[in-house]
Amino acid sequence: MSTDKKEIIIESIPTSQSEDESNLMKPEVPLEGHVLRLFVTGTTPRSVRAITNLRSILEEHLPGRYSLEIVDLYQQPELAKQNNLIAAPTLIKSLPDPVRRVIGDMSDEVQVLLGLELIVE
Amino acid sequence: MTTPKAERPRRTLSKTATGIEGFDEVTAGGLPKGRPSLVCGAAGCGKTLFAMEFLVRGAVEFGEPGVFIAFEETENDLVDNVASLGFELEDLVSQNLIRLDHIVVDRSDTTEGGEYDLESLFIRLGHAIDSIGAKRIVLDTLETLFGGLNNQAVLRSELRRLFRWLKERGVTAVITAERGDGALTRQGLEEYVSDCVVLLDHRVNDQVSTRRLRIVKYRGSLHGTNEYPFLIDEDGICVMPLTSTSLDHGTSEDRVQTGVPELDQMLGGQGLYRGSSVLLSGTSGTGKSSLASHFAHATCEAGERCLYFAFEESPTQIVRNMRSIGLDLSRHMSAGLLRIVSARPSHYGLELHLATMLKAIKEFAPHSVIIDPITSFIAVGSANDAQAMLVRLVDLLKEREITSYFTSLTQGADTLEATEVGMSSLMDAWLFVRALETNGERNRLIYVLKARGIAHSNQVREFNITSTGIRLTDVYLGPQGVLTGSARVAREAEERIGIAMDILQAEKDKVLSERRRAVIEAQIFVLQAELSADLSDSHHAEQERDGVIQEQSVSREAMAKSRGHLELPANLT
Repeated sequence: MSTDKKEIIIESIPTSQSEDESNLMKPEVPLEGHVLRLFVTGTTPRSVRAITNLRSILEEHLPGRYSLEIVDLYQQPELAKQNNLIAAPTLIKSLPDPVRRVIGDMSDEVQVLLGLELIVE
Repeated sequence: MTTPKAERPRRTLSKTATGIEGFDEVTAGGLPKGRPSLVCGAAGCGKTLFAMEFLVRGAVEFGEPGVFIAFEETENDLVDNVASLGFELEDLVSQNLIRLDHIVVDRSDTTEGGEYDLESLFIRLGHAIDSIGAKRIVLDTLETLFGGLNNQAVLRSELRRLFRWLKERGVTAVITAERGDGALTRQGLEEYVSDCVVLLDHRVNDQVSTRRLRIVKYRGSLHGTNEYPFLIDEDGICVMPLTSTSLDHGTSEDRVQTGVPELDQMLGGQGLYRGSSVLLSGTSGTGKSSLASHFAHATCEAGERCLYFAFEESPTQIVRNMRSIGLDLSRHMSAGLLRIVSARPSHYGLELHLATMLKAIKEFAPHSVIIDPITSFIAVGSANDAQAMLVRLVDLLKEREITSYFTSLTQGADTLEATEVGMSSLMDAWLFVRALETNGERNRLIYVLKARGIAHSNQVREFNITSTGIRLTDVYLGPQGVLTGSARVAREAEERIGIAMDILQAEKDKVLSERRRAVIEAQIFVLQAELSADLSDSHHAEQERDGVIQEQSVSREAMAKSRGHLELPANLT
C-alpha cells in the first residue's frame, strides 16, 4: 500500500472550534495541522483500542502536526447530539476542511488514513 | 417440585393510551406500555403522523413527555409539517414536553476504520430521554441507519440491543419502518419487535384513496384483527373501530313518530322504535326525500336533534323544496335542532365519508340521522364496500340509540325488492314507495315491507304530496284490482252514487208497501162492516120469529077458550 504523505498546510489555527471545551482533555501538541476529536464511550476495550491505534497512526503519519481531544460521551452525553454521533468510537477531523469522520476502533489503518485524507485511493 | 406456572397470577398487559382517536379502542387500551411497537407502511401512509400524534397526545393529554428522533426530517420540517394538524410543537418543546432530535445519517463523509457499535446513538437517546423525563419515544425511520452504515451484521445486532435497551428503559416506543416487498418492513425490523406491529396502508381504488390500519400482531393482548379505515384530517388521525363484534346494543321500547300520522297508524299506531334503522326505498321521484324530511320535522317538533346527510341536494335546496310542501325546516335549523350536511358522494372515498359522518354524529349528538340516499355510495365504491360501510354505520347508530332513516333509490321496476336484499337485512323497518302508472297518471303507493317488532299494516296506501305535507289514503282494492288516483276517485264516486240509488229504492219500496197495507186495511174494514151487518139481521129475524110463535099460541088459547075446549098439555105445542 502506498503511504506517501500529503503536503500539510500548516497555519495558525484556533485551539478548538467547540464551545464545550471546559472538560476536554488538553491537546497534547499545540495547534498546528489536523484538529481531531475522538469520541469514546468510557473505558471499554474498544475505546481503549481506538485511542491506542489512533495515537500510533498519528504519531507515525502526523508527528507534531495534530491536536487530538479525547471525549468521553458518558461524561458529556449532550455532545452526542451536538456532533450528530451515531457510532462509537467516532473520530471527527474538523480541520483542515472538509470535515471528515472515521468510525471504529481505528484498527484498519488504511481506512483511517483515507478518512483523514492523509492518503488518496 | 411444585408447578410455579399454575400458581403464577394472571397479569394483564399494561398499556399506554395513544390518544389517537379510535386506535385505543381497536387495541383495547393502546400500545404496550414500556415496550417498543413497530408502525410500518409504505411511503405517505401516515407513519410519521401517527408517531407524532402519539407523542403530542401523550404530552398534552396524558402528561407524558416524549422524544422524537427523526432520521429523515429536520426539526423545522417536523414543526411545519404537523402545524397544519393543529399541533404546536414549538410550544411543547419550550415546555420540555417534547424533544426533537434530527439524526443525520450521511455516509459520504464517514469512513469505517475498524470495529464499532452504536453506543453513541444509545447515549444520545438516553440523554434525550433523561433531559425531559420522557415516557414515550419515537424513532422515525430507524431503517435509515441501514443506508448510512456498511456493516450490516453490527447494525443488526445493535438494533436488537436497541430494542432490548428501550424495554429496559421502560419507555413506550414507536418505531416506524418502510414497508418492503413481500415483507412488513424492508429490513425485517419486525423480527426485533415482538410485542406489537401496526400496519398502515394507503390504497387507491377507482381513483378513490382509502387509508387503512391493521394490528398485525399484539403479543399478550386481544386486539381487533380487521383492517380499520382511518383518516387524517385537521384533528389528526381518526381510526374507526367500526365493526362492533357483537350485537349487544341496547334496545328501546320507546316509539318515535314518523311525521306522517297515517304512516304511524300503519306502524301499529305508534310509529317506529327509537334507535331502529329504517330503509326507505323507491324509484326516483316517489317522494323519498319528502318523507325523510317529514321524519326530520317530526324529530325536531319533539324537541330532539336531527342530522340530515344529503348527498344529492344542498341544504338550501332542501329547505326550499320542503317549504313547497308545507314543511318549514329553516325554523328547526335556526333553533339548532336540525343540521343538514351536504357532500358530493364522489368527493371522497367511502371510508372518509363514513369517518366524516361519524365525526359529525359525535359532534352534534343527534337523536335521529337521515342519509339521503345511500345508493350514492355505490357510485363511489363497489356494492360490497358500500354494504360493509353501511353495516358499520348502522351498528354505530344503534349503539348510540339513534333512529336512522336511509333512503335508497331503486333502479328498475322489475328488481324492486331484489336489489336491496343485502341492505334490507340490516334494517329494522323497510318502507317502500313506488309509482304506479295507469290511465295516463302516475300515482305513488307506499307500503310497509317489514317492521321488526311492530304489528304493521299489510295495506298498500296511496301517497299524496300536498302543499300541507304528505297524506296517505286507502287505495281502492276491488275485483278490478288496485285503483289509485283519479280512477280511485271515480270508483269511489260510483260507489257513492250506487249507495244513494239504493236508499231511494228502499224508500220507494217502503211507500209502496205502506200503500198496500192501507188498501188491505180498508178491505178488512169493509168486510168487518158487512159481517156485523149480517149478524144484526139474523138477530132481528129470531126475535120476530119468537114474537110470531107467541102470538100464535096466545091466539090459539083464545080460540080454544072461545070454543070451550079442554086445555092441551104444554109439551104438545
